[in-house]
Amino acid sequence: MNVTRRNFLKVSGMAAGSVLLPSSMAASSEKVRSFPLHKPVKEAATICPYCSCGCGLLISTGPDGHIINAEGDPDNPQNRGALDPKSISVRELSQSPLRLKKPLYRAPGSDRFVEKDWNWMITEVAKRIKTTRDATFQKTNAKGVTVNRTPGLAFLGGAAHNNEECYLASKLNRALGVVYLEHQARI
Amino acid sequence: MTNHWVDLKNADVIMMNGSNAAENHPAAMTWINKAKDERGAKLIVVDPRFTRSASQADLYVPIRSGTDIPFYGGMMKYIIDNNLYHREYVVHYTNAATLLVPEFKGPAELDGLFSGFVDEDKDGFGTYDRDTWKYQTDAAGNPLRDETLKNPRCVFQIMRRHYARYTLEKVSRITGCPQDKLEAVYKLYASTGAPNKTGTILYAMGQTQHTVGSQNVRALSMVQLLLGNLGRQGGGVNALRGESNVQGSTDQGVLADVLTGYIGVPRAANHPTLAAYIEKETPKTGYWSNKPKFLVSMLKAWWGDHATAENQFAYDYLPKVENPSQHFWISLFEDMVAGKIQGLWIMGQNPAVSGPNSRLEREALKKLKWLVVQEIFDTETCSFWRAPGVKSADIQTEVFILPAGDAMEKQGSIVTSGRLIQWRPKVAEPPGEALPDDQIINLVALKLKELYSSDPGPFPGPIRHLKWDYGKEVDVEKVAQEINGYALDDIKDPKGEILAKKGELLKTFGVLQDDGTTACGTWIYAGYFALADDGTGRMMPASKRRGQKDPGGLGMYPYWAFSWPANRRIIYNRCSADPNGKPWSEDKKLIWWDETQKKWVGYDVPDFVATKAPADPGGRDPFIMRTDGKGGLFAPLNEGPFPEHYEPVETPVEKNPFSSRMHNPVIKIWKTEAGKNIGNNWGKSKEFPIVATTYRVVEQWQAGGMSRWLGWLTECQPDMFIEMSKELAKERGIQNGDRVKVRSARGEIQAVAVVTARFKPFQVEGKPVHIVGMPWHYGWGGLARGDVANDLTPHVGDGNTTIPEYKAFLVDVKKA
Repeated sequence: MNVTRRNFLKVSGMAAGSVLLPSSMAASSEKVRSFPLHKPVKEAATICPYCSCGCGLLISTGPDGHIINAEGDPDNPQNRGALDPKSISVRELSQSPLRLKKPLYRAPGSDRFVEKDWNWMITEVAKRIKTTRDATFQKTNAKGVTVNRTPGLAFLGGAAHNNEECYLASKLNRALGVVYLEHQARI
Repeated sequence: MTNHWVDLKNADVIMMNGSNAAENHPAAMTWINKAKDERGAKLIVVDPRFTRSASQADLYVPIRSGTDIPFYGGMMKYIIDNNLYHREYVVHYTNAATLLVPEFKGPAELDGLFSGFVDEDKDGFGTYDRDTWKYQTDAAGNPLRDETLKNPRCVFQIMRRHYARYTLEKVSRITGCPQDKLEAVYKLYASTGAPNKTGTILYAMGQTQHTVGSQNVRALSMVQLLLGNLGRQGGGVNALRGESNVQGSTDQGVLADVLTGYIGVPRAANHPTLAAYIEKETPKTGYWSNKPKFLVSMLKAWWGDHATAENQFAYDYLPKVENPSQHFWISLFEDMVAGKIQGLWIMGQNPAVSGPNSRLEREALKKLKWLVVQEIFDTETCSFWRAPGVKSADIQTEVFILPAGDAMEKQGSIVTSGRLIQWRPKVAEPPGEALPDDQIINLVALKLKELYSSDPGPFPGPIRHLKWDYGKEVDVEKVAQEINGYALDDIKDPKGEILAKKGELLKTFGVLQDDGTTACGTWIYAGYFALADDGTGRMMPASKRRGQKDPGGLGMYPYWAFSWPANRRIIYNRCSADPNGKPWSEDKKLIWWDETQKKWVGYDVPDFVATKAPADPGGRDPFIMRTDGKGGLFAPLNEGPFPEHYEPVETPVEKNPFSSRMHNPVIKIWKTEAGKNIGNNWGKSKEFPIVATTYRVVEQWQAGGMSRWLGWLTECQPDMFIEMSKELAKERGIQNGDRVKVRSARGEIQAVAVVTARFKPFQVEGKPVHIVGMPWHYGWGGLARGDVANDLTPHVGDGNTTIPEYKAFLVDVKKA
C-alpha cells in the first residue's frame, strides 16, 4: 500500500483512538453535542528562512492569513520532516507583536521615530537617493575615463532575501551607479 | 558547495573544519549519521572548541584558532610522503604535472614570500607582481607537462618541497595539537585517497574569517585534489553558507566585485569599453570563453531596447571602479567614518551588531546624512542613534525605517548551500502596513524613474532607460523569467534548427548569444524558471518541482527543484569517472562514458560536453571553468599560488616558525586617525594574552534580527556569554555564572562566564595559550539582550576577500 504522510497520520490516529478510548467513553461520547471545531485551514509547503540547508516547512494558516502551525515537510529531500528550534519559530516570527508595522521617520537630532505613510516615505527616500546621486556623480575619473559612478551612495543587503529581490537590488543599484554595494556574504 | 546536503550520505570520511554543522546546519547531521550508520563512515571534527558537532565525532582534533594552513600543510606532506594520493586523478585531472617557469620562487627560498613581492610604502604589506607565477609553455602556448611527476619544475615537486617544511613536529608546536592526534587525523582522512573511497570537507566561517581565509580554503581544496575527492559523490569542497540565501545573494551580484553570475565588474583602467572588457576578460579556452554572451544578455535584460550593438549594449550605463576592493565592506565603513558616503540604504541587515569593530561601524553611521533600513524589527541598526550612551541630539542622520514582510509573507526563490533553487509561495500576510522587500524596491525604483523624467540631473539614461516593467505591485514571476532569460529572436544552431523560439524562456545557458538576441539576468540561473518535467510528466517552472525520483539511489533527486548550473547536483562530475570514462568503482558510479551511445550517461547532468569522448582532445580535462581544464594545485591568489602560514594580525606567539614573515603580506591595514580615537588598533599578547573567537548557537540567529525578538528562542538562549576553560577560570578566579569583563584593543564588554571542559589550553611553541569563545548574536535591543561581541573584533580582513578576522583576535578577561 502506498501510504502518504497524511494517510499515515489518519490511519495511525484511528488506530490509536480505537485502542486508547475506553469503551464506556466511546458510548457516552455519542450523547455529546458536536462542536464545529474545525475552521478552514490552508496548508502550503515552503522553505525555512534561517540557515542554508533549505529545509522544507509545512505551514498552516487560518482564514485571517496568520500562521497557526509550522512543521517539517516530510517530502523535502533536504530534511525529510526534521527541523531545528529556529525553523518552527517562523510562526512567532510572522506574528510577533514587536514586528514593525508602519513606516517610521527620525528627523536630524530628534529623539524619536514618528509614523509616516508609505507615499511620503517612498517619495522622500527616492528624493534623498536622487539628491545624493546627482551631487556626487562622477562621469569620468582623474584620467578622463568614463566611469559613470556614484561614490556618495552605499547599499547593504540581503542574504535573507529571495533571489528575485537580490536581483532587483543588484540591477537598480548598478543603474544608479552605486559601487559601494555589499552584503553579509563579505563578512 | 560543489556537492549538496543529501550527498553527504555517500561519503566514507567526513571532515568538518571550521564548521559546527550540528548547530549551524543541523540538517547536515541527518546525512552524516546516515553515512555513519549505513557505510560505516567516520566523522572528524577539527575545531579549537569541543562543539556539539565534535560530540558526534569519531575523532576530535583541537587546533589553535588561526593555524589551519600548518594543519593542512602537514596533511599534504603526510599524503605525499606516504604515497597516499590518488595518483591517476592527480596526474590527469590536476595541474600537478604542469611545469612552472624557473623564475618562480617560493617561501622556502624567499623567507616566507613568493617571487614578485612589492612593498611600496615599506610597511611590510604590499602586493605581488605575478609575472613569475606561470606555466612553461611550448611555442604554441600550450603548457608543458611531465606526467611522471618527476621533473623538479613540475607543480607536484614544487609543492612537495614547499610543504616539506611543514613537519609533524613544527605543525604540532604551532597548532598546539599533539603529534599523535595529528597523525591519527592525517591517516584517517588520507584513507579517502583510495580510488573507491571519497571524503568530504565541510567548512564554514571558521575557515574563512581569518586574514588568510581564502588560503585556508585553497589548502583544503588542494587536499581534496590530492586525494581525488572533487567532482565525486561523497566528496567535494563544501562551504556551508551562513544564511538562507547568501548563496543566492552572491549569485545575483550584490557585491562590489561581481555582477550577476560571477561576471567581474568593469574597471576603469582596463575596461573603458565593452570591446576592451571582452578582450581582457574572455579566456580563449574553458567555459568562461562564453563570457561575452553572459554579459551582453545581462545588459539586454537590464536596458532592453536601449541596449544595442551601436551603443555597446549600454555598457556605459554600468559604473566602472578603479579597484573593487576599495568598495568592500571594511573599506566601505572606513570611507563612511571618513565622511565620504552620504547615504546608506540597508535591506535586512544589522551592521551595528554584525560588523567588525562594530563600535567603529556605529560611529560611521553617525556620519551619514541619511539612512534607509528595510526591516522586520526595530534592530540596533534602525536605532543606532539612541543606543546606550549615545546622545541622539548630537546625531544629524535622518533615518527612514521601511517595515518589511518576512520570508513567509511573500513569494520567490532561495538557494541552499548546495546550489538548489527552491521556490517559496507566499503563505502568510505581512503585519500592519509592512510590505515585502521586492515591493519596496519596486516602489522606490518607480519613484526614481518618475523623478528622473521630470528633472534629469547628470546622466539620467541608466535610470530612465532601465527596463523595469514588473507592474505597480511587482510580479515576482516576471522577475524570475527575466533572471532565467528569454529569446528576443528565434535562436538557431549552425544547421538552422531552432534552439529557442522568440519570446520563449531559455532552458539552458547553452543558447545564450552575444549579439543581443537573448536577454538573461543571471546566466547561471538559466532554466530555473523554464517549464520542466517533475518526473511524472507534469510540467512546471523547474524550481517549483517536487518530484521524488532518485535514479541510482544516490540522493541526487534530479526532479526536485532546480540546481544551478543546468540542474547539476555535483559539479566537476567528469571526475567521477576515470580518465577512460569508467566509474572508479561500482559503488561510486555517478556519470560514465557510454561507448554505444557515444555520450556521457548516469545519475547526474554531466558537467562536461555530453558527447566529448575520453579520448577526444580535452576529454580528460574535467575542470571546464579553468583555461587548462585541470584542478589547480597551483593556483594564484593575492598571497601566492600555494598557501603559506602567517599568524593572525593579533597573535599569542612571538615568532612564525616557517619564516620571519609574521603576517599575511597582502592584507590592508587602515591607518585612519578617526579610527584610532574609537579604538581601531591592534592588541599585543603582553596586554591581551588570550585568543578569542566568535561563533553561533542553534537557538539564536546571526545579529539577532530574526531571533532575539522572539520569546521562544529568547527562553532558549537569553543572554550574552563567554565560554572558557576550567584552567583559565581558575587562573582568573572566575566561577561558572560570574559576570566578567572582556577587553580587547577595540573596547570592553561584559558577559556571563560559562566555564566548561569544551575549551582546553593549548601548548603553543612551548607555552600555554588560552582560548575563549563568544556568540556574536547579541545587542541591546529585542528580548534577548547582551553586549555586542563584535565591539571587540578587529577591522582587518583577508588578503583577497577582506572577510574580517572574527575567528582569531586577542582579549583579556577578568571578573566584573
